[in-house]
Amino acid sequence: MRKLFSVATVALLSLSLVTGCGATGGQKSAEVIKVGGNLELSGGAAAFGQYAEKAIKLAFEQQNAKGGVLGKKLEYVSADNKSDPGESTVASTKLATQDKVVAILGPMTSGNTLAAVQVVTDSKVPLITPTGTSDSVTFENGKVKPWIFRACFIDPFQGQVAANFASDTLKAKKAALFIDQKGDYSKGLATSFEENFKKSGGEVVATEQYVAGSDLDFRATLVRIKAANPDVVFVPGYYQEVGLIVKQAREMGMKQVFVGGDGWGSPQLVDVAGAAALENTYYVNHGAMDDPGMAQFIKDFQGKYNSEPDTFAALGYDAANLLIKALENAGSTEPEKLRSALETMKGFQGISGELNVDPATHNPVKSAAILQFKDGKSVFMTKVNPK
Amino acid sequence: MGSVTEQVLQQIVNGLSLGSIYALVALGYTMVYGIIKLINFAHGDVMMVGAYAGWFATTTLHMSFIPALLIAMTVSAILGVLIERIAYKPLRNATRIASLITAIGVSFFLEYGGMLVVSPQMRTYPPVFPDTIFNVGGIIIKYGDIVMIVTSIVLMVLLHGIVKYTKIGKAMRAVSFDTEAALLMGINVNNTISATFAIGSALAAAAGVLMGVYFNTINPLMGIIPGLKAFVAAVLGGIGIIPGAMVGGFFLGLTESFVSGLGASTWRDAVAFLILILVLIVKPSGLFGKNIREKV
Repeated sequence: MRKLFSVATVALLSLSLVTGCGATGGQKSAEVIKVGGNLELSGGAAAFGQYAEKAIKLAFEQQNAKGGVLGKKLEYVSADNKSDPGESTVASTKLATQDKVVAILGPMTSGNTLAAVQVVTDSKVPLITPTGTSDSVTFENGKVKPWIFRACFIDPFQGQVAANFASDTLKAKKAALFIDQKGDYSKGLATSFEENFKKSGGEVVATEQYVAGSDLDFRATLVRIKAANPDVVFVPGYYQEVGLIVKQAREMGMKQVFVGGDGWGSPQLVDVAGAAALENTYYVNHGAMDDPGMAQFIKDFQGKYNSEPDTFAALGYDAANLLIKALENAGSTEPEKLRSALETMKGFQGISGELNVDPATHNPVKSAAILQFKDGKSVFMTKVNPK
Repeated sequence: MGSVTEQVLQQIVNGLSLGSIYALVALGYTMVYGIIKLINFAHGDVMMVGAYAGWFATTTLHMSFIPALLIAMTVSAILGVLIERIAYKPLRNATRIASLITAIGVSFFLEYGGMLVVSPQMRTYPPVFPDTIFNVGGIIIKYGDIVMIVTSIVLMVLLHGIVKYTKIGKAMRAVSFDTEAALLMGINVNNTISATFAIGSALAAAAGVLMGVYFNTINPLMGIIPGLKAFVAAVLGGIGIIPGAMVGGFFLGLTESFVSGLGASTWRDAVAFLILILVLIVKPSGLFGKNIREKV
């Protein structure tokens, strides 16, 4: 009985193998341009990848309706990296060698993107990560990684945007920094904030630290920040600590403006801090869903999927359109031409803002959105363009 | 704002409310150690379970603070007794290292079992207290601070009463003094030990609910750090000695607040442990410990 079962299984499996091959082998690759998506469709970061994939499919569909690119239709080939770096390498290998895609979109996280670097470099397939923000994704040890690009700005850039916003828009002269002692993300943002804030004539009156993950009581340190009497407090952390910090600061009667980075972008921040405490706080993000520039995308996305897109979807959409623009500029799908078209990309109008690629680092120079908390909701306030 | 006295007084308020949590958790450590000479490393996680029970009572059952506190204390008391009966009792005559390792095992079981059941995601307590803030001459005192300190003091007085004036308290002291003699005198040692675990765990649950309400967030690993700090507080005051745990807890809370207040927030834990080492060098049995311990 058991033998019969295993024979049946093997038969079924081989059948699916045959049909699987038939599906991919049957298409003539000359008539379509194949683009791979190495995305987090399952696992811990699945929410990011699934939204991005929907947005990428939408972008391709819209382009194909306009007649495609270079006279050919775009075809999207999906590969799930299961939110795991090892699987990301496997997925990239499959896309590059079996499916022979001209470019890869994704992965969403920096760790999974780094795991794909070697494969795509060896097989000369340009890769665009929508949201891999870590410095080392495109640039490491003074050398740019020729085949890796991204549609988002890098972390420290947020510090620069926040500093410009504090001095230009808020007219702040004195700032205090409250940094997560162990977080590279937090330290990177703080360093770039301090540098740029001083450049605009501001002064940093207090620098204090906390330990994310174990500290819950920030009052003792907040007493010191309060005594330094800053105009603005910059807290580049994640929502859990930020929520407690802002809440405890307001309870202590601190009325200062609090500013942060994209680590604030979670509805849980409001649960922790409370809507009232978050009045007069701002944070930098890649884009804001209520930015008027996003309206058309949101309408299209809702029309197709009947659900609200998020920032990950928006950046996935930008990554897809960035690739389409590069294909048009290159006039060819040849790897080297496509690569140099991406490298010299200037004035690309994405829904999250204008994007120029810096050829030396492959980091986009692009605008960032400032969001403000109003009645417990984060609303788009303004777009800050790079100086 | 800005005067030094104001800052000092503010740090005292902060330190007392933080210290009352450490004190409540330290009491459980010290009671269990006093009676069966076991450092119950799962104690901080019992506190976490209490915090979740309280969270469930306030969110799903829409209870107010006091009923939720009582429910959390009951749940944790039962859990404490179960842990003792299942994990520690079979090892009562084994080596102390075996019980210690079992305690660490129970701790991991609760932490990661908790992650499985309630997911590692943090939860937020609904606002249970009014947001009233009292400003006494520039010093900010929250309604929550007062509830925290008052609740802990009430519970500590209650504990003192139980240990001093009730029959079970007398039995606890007797078992702690000499288990075998207590057995010979007809005291039910098993029940006494269970009662100790129940009371200690209930106090931890109270600390867990207070922490959840005060800091607004709970997660399955929330018990680790306060558990360790409370252990330090218990040792500081003299492990096995109930008033020592209270003083140790408040002492630790105040130290942390003052070190952070002096601008050395990253040195906070280092200073706390340095003080512990110094106390243990000068007085190895802790602040309240008696040095005459030799039995010939």
